[in-house]
Amino acid sequence: MNLQIALLLGQDGITNGAIYALLALSILLVFTVTRILLIPLGEFVTFGALTMATIQSGKPVLFVWLLLALTLVDAALDIRQQVGQRFDMARLRMTAIKIGYAVLMVVIANTVPLADIPMAFQALLTLCLLVPLGPLMYRLFFQPLADAHSLVLLIVSIAVHVAMVGVGLLLFGPEGARTLPFSDTGLHLGPVMLKSQTIWVILVSVLLIVTLFVTFERTLYGKALRATAVNRVGARLLGISPVFAGKATFALAALIGVSSGILIAPITTLYFDSGFIISLKGFVGAIIGGLISYPVAAVGAVAVGLIEAFSMFWASTYKEIIVFTLIIPFLLWRSMTSHHVEDDE
Amino acid sequence: MPSKKMLSALILASAMAAPLASADIKVGVVTSSTGPIALVGIPQKNTVALLPDRMGGEKVTYISLDDGSDPTATVKAFKKLIDEEHVDAIIGPSGSGNAMGVIQFAAESGTPMLAPVGTAAVVLPMTEEKKWVFKTTQNDDLIAAALVDQMKATGIKTIGLIGTADPYGENWSKVMTELTAKAGISIVANEHFQRQDTSITGQSLKVLMASPDAVLIAAPGSSSVMPQTTLKEQGYQGKIYQTHGAALDPFLRLGGKAVEGTILAASLMLVLDEVPDSPSKTIATQYVNDYSKIFGSAPATFGGNVYDAGLLLKNAVPTALEKGKPGTPEFRAALREALENTHELAATQGVYNLTPADHSGFDERGRELITVKGGKWALLD
Repeated sequence: MNLQIALLLGQDGITNGAIYALLALSILLVFTVTRILLIPLGEFVTFGALTMATIQSGKPVLFVWLLLALTLVDAALDIRQQVGQRFDMARLRMTAIKIGYAVLMVVIANTVPLADIPMAFQALLTLCLLVPLGPLMYRLFFQPLADAHSLVLLIVSIAVHVAMVGVGLLLFGPEGARTLPFSDTGLHLGPVMLKSQTIWVILVSVLLIVTLFVTFERTLYGKALRATAVNRVGARLLGISPVFAGKATFALAALIGVSSGILIAPITTLYFDSGFIISLKGFVGAIIGGLISYPVAAVGAVAVGLIEAFSMFWASTYKEIIVFTLIIPFLLWRSMTSHHVEDDE
Repeated sequence: MPSKKMLSALILASAMAAPLASADIKVGVVTSSTGPIALVGIPQKNTVALLPDRMGGEKVTYISLDDGSDPTATVKAFKKLIDEEHVDAIIGPSGSGNAMGVIQFAAESGTPMLAPVGTAAVVLPMTEEKKWVFKTTQNDDLIAAALVDQMKATGIKTIGLIGTADPYGENWSKVMTELTAKAGISIVANEHFQRQDTSITGQSLKVLMASPDAVLIAAPGSSSVMPQTTLKEQGYQGKIYQTHGAALDPFLRLGGKAVEGTILAASLMLVLDEVPDSPSKTIATQYVNDYSKIFGSAPATFGGNVYDAGLLLKNAVPTALEKGKPGTPEFRAALREALENTHELAATQGVYNLTPADHSGFDERGRELITVKGGKWALLD
């Protein structure tokens, strides 16, 4: 191994590590606020990448019908809740806006020649299509049992993941897909060429992390979410709606997942079922952070990416084993250093 | 409620219809039309619609089940077909691993099983249990021999291998080690990756460092693309070979310019317009046309393997009917024997000559050396 190879592998590791870090942060965020381990996070990644690929290949975007269907179910539930109560115009208007949005997306997806519009708009449209899936998922699958035991939430989360993999096969087919690179140029850095996509991935990841940080430190909504994460009951007593907190974190997780998908789609072939293994590596990062510390989780996830890249070079056959075995020493270390607190929920 | 009444009427009707249908020949089909190997299973499931509806004058019913690429589900599907449906033969499953797990159940019940899977391990080495298994794909070593001959002819001395860490890649690595040793070619790098890996930089670098004359990539479906694009990106100049696992149109679409000039050996189905006339060409053309008419696009070669299983059965059923009635163990045993004696049967993938020792029975006919020219498959000249 010489310097050039080490640099190439490092570049690869950091690119993947940045994505794992983003996913680790969303897993942490969702877990601390709602106690849900978001297993379907990986599906946001693959759905994002595959929707982008579908848009670029000029094929019909089938996903939009799923969005419409879920929105209609959501609206029906909203209206059922209102029956027998005093009519609340504000909530009805909200329902109407949601349906209007889904219909608008259907119209755009079926009339605009999507393959020909600039890539930035394609990415934006992918985000507009997929991010609402986050809050919808929370509303339909998790909100009715928000107070259940965290084990129940985990089981539901796994069920949603399995269902979404199946839906992914229906919507996108069994073939792998990749998208066009954002730009073709690269940056020469000594003996290695830094690929432009790598720079994009790192830039966007850092930008997202900084935005998250600022949101949570400086804005009222961010503080409300943090309060919910610290003490759910206390936050509720102070007037922070748990439904709002759940939907907001799911929207954030969806945003991060879909962005990650769009970012890595040009450098790798993704399949309808690739998401799980990607989010699992983010999960390893989150575990290293003890499912509590954001900075440690991010650093841990980048380390996972680097270890993956180098073990791919040294022992390609055992790569996954090495990466996932990493979790054991950290679990041991965590369980020895931290005090066990009985979960009284 | 009217719907309940209708439902019970339906159940009653189907219950009454069942005994009538039992005189027919029953064939079970198990495919992986969902899950990780759906890529292979979907064209196979679709092909069931094109299988012969009459064999030796008897009506044939097909019972198609999905195993979700899960070996446990394959076993359940096989047990259901054997114990509840009393099928006369089973076509499937799609995956090599799935097939290995059900051989004993097919053998125990004495049900012939026609497996459209890649690995030769289902029929080799021949055992008492594997007597019941027939394989409707070309063995890896047949395809590999064509590639190794081509390498030898073009003066290649060293090769690197990049394969998937699954039975497909493992078997190729084994077959290539044997064949290249005979041909005087040395393998200087042998790397593995997972189908879902998001990056193959490490493996590719390791192969580059060994600087082989050519690289062979052994991976099923679209996973065969990324090793090649990564190698090209890192400036690899040598020849790149692929296996018949890459012989799918998405390979061309995903690979683009990076796969230009790739050499692979695969079934003639890819280059139907260019091969000289043969019985296989006629059958394959008809299959591709019929399939395209129903499903709107040409089938992947995996579908052809199931179609061939249908042709093998159709050829064997008349002989078996002389010995027993469908649904009896005698019929199934006779069917197995008739299948084993298939002689010069042309099908989509080539010509079958089965013997008690060889339950795959292909020769060079139907195997073509193919290259990518101008973004399309073309015969290698």
